[in-house]
Amino acid sequence: MLRVEASTRLGAFALDVALEVPAGCCLALAGPSGAGKSSVLRVVAGLVTPESGRVSCGEAVWLDTARRVDLAPERRRCGYVFQEYALFPHLRAWQNVAYPLRELRGRDRRRRALELLERFEVAHLADARPRTLSGGERQRVALARALARRPDALLLDEPLSALDARTRASAGRELAAVLREAGVPALLVTHDFVEAALLGDRVGVIDGGRLVQQGTAAELAASPASAFVADFTGAVVLTGTARPGADGLTHVTLDGGGHVASTGSGEGLVAVSVHPWEIAMEPAGTPSAGSAQNRLDVEIVSVTAIGNRVRLGLAAPQPFVAEITEASARAMKLSPGVRAVATWKAASTRVLER
Amino acid sequence: MASLATVLCFLTLPIVAIFVDTGPLELLASLREDGALEALRLSVVCSAIAIGIIVLVGTPAAYLLATRRFRGRATVVTLIEIPLVLPPAVAGIGLLAALGPNGLLGSLIDDAGIELVLTTAGVIVALTFVSAPFFLRQAQSAFEALDRTWLDASRTLGASEPRTFLAVAIPTAGPGLISGLALAWGRALGEFGATLMFAGSFRGVTQTVPLAIYQDFSTDFTGALALSAVLVAVSAALLLSVKLLGGSEWLGGAAR
Repeated sequence: MLRVEASTRLGAFALDVALEVPAGCCLALAGPSGAGKSSVLRVVAGLVTPESGRVSCGEAVWLDTARRVDLAPERRRCGYVFQEYALFPHLRAWQNVAYPLRELRGRDRRRRALELLERFEVAHLADARPRTLSGGERQRVALARALARRPDALLLDEPLSALDARTRASAGRELAAVLREAGVPALLVTHDFVEAALLGDRVGVIDGGRLVQQGTAAELAASPASAFVADFTGAVVLTGTARPGADGLTHVTLDGGGHVASTGSGEGLVAVSVHPWEIAMEPAGTPSAGSAQNRLDVEIVSVTAIGNRVRLGLAAPQPFVAEITEASARAMKLSPGVRAVATWKAASTRVLER
Repeated sequence: MASLATVLCFLTLPIVAIFVDTGPLELLASLREDGALEALRLSVVCSAIAIGIIVLVGTPAAYLLATRRFRGRATVVTLIEIPLVLPPAVAGIGLLAALGPNGLLGSLIDDAGIELVLTTAGVIVALTFVSAPFFLRQAQSAFEALDRTWLDASRTLGASEPRTFLAVAIPTAGPGLISGLALAWGRALGEFGATLMFAGSFRGVTQTVPLAIYQDFSTDFTGALALSAVLVAVSAALLLSVKLLGGSEWLGGAAR
């Protein structure tokens, strides 16, 4: 269990967060850039000391300003994957991975580094310099390096943002597997809610240095604590398996049941996303009419007012949300427990490979 | 184009003239004179020791200046740069006033049994004083240009700050450090004024090549010319080898 409490002044705003991450869990801190997300990671790693705070990992106390405990970064066992990966440019890939393996000498050192690279399927790049590697390859080397010391906690700063869109999906899938396998608390930072939802077991939304809300991605989307969270959690994300249909559309069978069509393309394991305000509600039992291809039977679980609109938390095999005007919600008498049909166009549905 | 040609001509003509005026045979002959070889040996040894001191002390100092934020940092940086704009004669007077027999620290140095004025050690002090800022400035900006996340990454990977400095900062700042070293060494080899005033010009003890050239040129112009040619050759060779080293794969090529 990684426990973090920190408050400190940070330029224009104050950072003030408290969070816990159980072993084997990944907490994704999501928020706009400049919200203080990376500062949380720097506090945990010991690269910056907050005015007051406490950081502990398992039994080990890394920081306790009240008791004047402040371990140097090198004495905290955390693996840090930096945003641009921060591979040492003067060392070859294997030497980067071997850098933390100081207790090993000579051939053992190289062998262990190669094993780690092998695990990320980049052993053939062992002698390459970082500048010759692609973004995806750098990420793998950086992960291998961060795990080399068998860290007690993993910190990841925007691990996917340096990758191009095509690599991102597969890198994200691999990263999720690595996080599960590592079995240590993982704290991940991203500006992209979809990324946070895919990689984090739980998501914390951070804004202006404060942890605004914490929960599973579905919980946050269904009942956002503020308009900021509502806007930030944005798109609905549903997972499923895609295949191209005879009609030129991509047909996705959702995990847990249900079926969605999209004008986007994709095959195999995918996530489909749609903006909540693209979803319209119809009374249950009405026959299909109009141009919307996608219809899912849902039960309303929550109704949250956000300004002049309401966000409906919807229970289906996978929970999601819709946003409609307050007037429509009143007219349709939508309240928790009511059954309805959520509909939206295939053209508003994005397909993301995962 | 014309302006570039003018610049090139003006700056290279004196150097070309030195080599044109001295034939290779004359050059060798005048080098065989004791004084010339002695001056050359003294120049190389003293400047090498000065550069060694500058690099050993200056590299960590430049690193601290580049990576630490503290009150009065800007003042410290400016103070370190002042010797850059100091006329050499002023540097010599300053060194005398500080370290000379009647200087600020004169009695302290005397008590320690160290003699600087008019000794070889004094030459080294003068060379160190005038050329250190060239290295410090360059090294500081080389360290400032480093990606700070490399240093952070090193710490999170279990390396202490000194190890991070040795294993990451120095190699990645390598090209900048080396060019600073070349600048400082070039300056030390050519040093004249401060050495003359602080250490004097005694053949075999404090007479470096520039001082020997100055002494020779009124009596033995050819000899002075030959010595100049040697100094140019040594400086150019130094600059060239440093540039080659800086551009090699293990340093310059790797850093970007």
